[in-house]
Amino acid sequence: MNNRYSIFSLARNALSHHEKWGRAWRSAEPQPEYDVVIIGAGGHGLATAYYLAREHGITNVAVVEKGWLGGGNTARNTTIVRSNYLYDESAHLFEKSLKLWEGLSQELNYNVMFSQRGVYNLGHTLQEMRDIHRRVNANRLNGIDGEVVNAEQIKRAVPYLNTSPNARYPILGSSFQPRAGTARHDGVAWGFARAADARGVDIIENCEVTNILRDGGRVTGVETTRGTIKAKKVGIVVAGHSGVLADMAGFRLPIESHPLQALVSEPVKPILDTVIMSNAVHGYISQSDKGELVIGAGIDSYTGYGQRGSFNIIEDTLAAIKELFPVFSRMRMLRHWGGIVDITPDATPIIGKTPVENLFINCGWGTGGFKATPGSGWVFAHTLATGEPHPINAAFSLDRYTTGYLVDEHGAAGVAH
Amino acid sequence: MFQIDCPWCGPRDQQEFSYAGEGGIQRPQDPSATTDAEWADYLFMRRNPRGMHHEQWRHVHGCGQFFQVTRHTVTYRIESIRRMGESAAAGGESS
Repeated sequence: MNNRYSIFSLARNALSHHEKWGRAWRSAEPQPEYDVVIIGAGGHGLATAYYLAREHGITNVAVVEKGWLGGGNTARNTTIVRSNYLYDESAHLFEKSLKLWEGLSQELNYNVMFSQRGVYNLGHTLQEMRDIHRRVNANRLNGIDGEVVNAEQIKRAVPYLNTSPNARYPILGSSFQPRAGTARHDGVAWGFARAADARGVDIIENCEVTNILRDGGRVTGVETTRGTIKAKKVGIVVAGHSGVLADMAGFRLPIESHPLQALVSEPVKPILDTVIMSNAVHGYISQSDKGELVIGAGIDSYTGYGQRGSFNIIEDTLAAIKELFPVFSRMRMLRHWGGIVDITPDATPIIGKTPVENLFINCGWGTGGFKATPGSGWVFAHTLATGEPHPINAAFSLDRYTTGYLVDEHGAAGVAH
Repeated sequence: MFQIDCPWCGPRDQQEFSYAGEGGIQRPQDPSATTDAEWADYLFMRRNPRGMHHEQWRHVHGCGQFFQVTRHTVTYRIESIRRMGESAAAGGESS
């Protein structure tokens, strides 16, 4: 990488008043043909391109994006990263991702601001506490860190949390994953884009795919608003619009797209140094490095592509946050937004082959895809490069809905992402 | 947030209703004769269109009735609402 970021490049650019930093990645023109075309330049698509180049030496790759890079769900989540999933299949996938997160800033030479501040998943009922014990035990059997903490321990760690036994939904305890945390969502997309670009990947923005070209059940390329691009292999990584792309290629998905909303408060001084999630009152909250409280909601129940949801969801979410943190009751909210999330029946992603030969899909991350960004790209790059899933994503095939081998992660996916 | 004109109770906030999924899905007449793929298609696969969507809602905090709605999934504008059993032609255009 000729434009390597370091203390020396910082000092050198300080001499020119930081006016001569080069572009972080090229604005590429589409070529007539690529070995691999990835549809969707969000975190997952860019990570896929990066690992294709890094792990498999495949650099004749284009990432085509209908809007701008990282402008979809990568920019619309609450940046929480954790791997405390119940079943072996998901635990291996999300833990692979968490391990990649741990070295990602160094690997990409780009600060993704990964902060392992820990995540508490609160339990408010005896049944929730039993589920938390089960999940933590399952995590530890899979080599994932986690512990069960009681209300007294939470109170010491998060003094402003309402741990009173007189609360309407008293906190009985919690799971705690110390290695979990948050990352800078845009930085992840930019870091992967820059690192993929440096290895020769073309990132083509404002290039909407309008058709998926096929010849006898095999993909041959994509039709886009900037012309036809031929490709030996195509990967669809478009989250909420997966069904639209699948429809172009002539197959159906077990996915419904829903609005998922989140919001941030005005910035305040540091008050919350970890991540708190609660399934029972249905909200989750952390504080960004800028000082904003980042608050996430549940999905709107109806299907929608509108990148906005209903006001009552925001109201319910803020009621939940106020239940947990009465001290935040007078915080003013600064921004709110919605993303389109692709929900599968078993709250588990689909990463693998499609009925069309050489066309692969990575979707169904639903409400919890951000945490998986590097791991998702890593396994999908393997799938694209070899034509077969990696053992880590073998269970996440589209045909599990036919065989019945579902990976039901509603418990671990729950609210909370 | 939008309003839904319940065919039994009249217009109410969307919050009073629960979404009940894609409409018009028919259970295979003879389940034992269907293939696994056909059964998976019936059980799990959905149209999920970007555009007009034929769907079901239920007035849970009201009359409790299920009914049919045709709604645009980008603008969220409701095109038509029909009682169960009413054909699309009677109440407006279907998707």
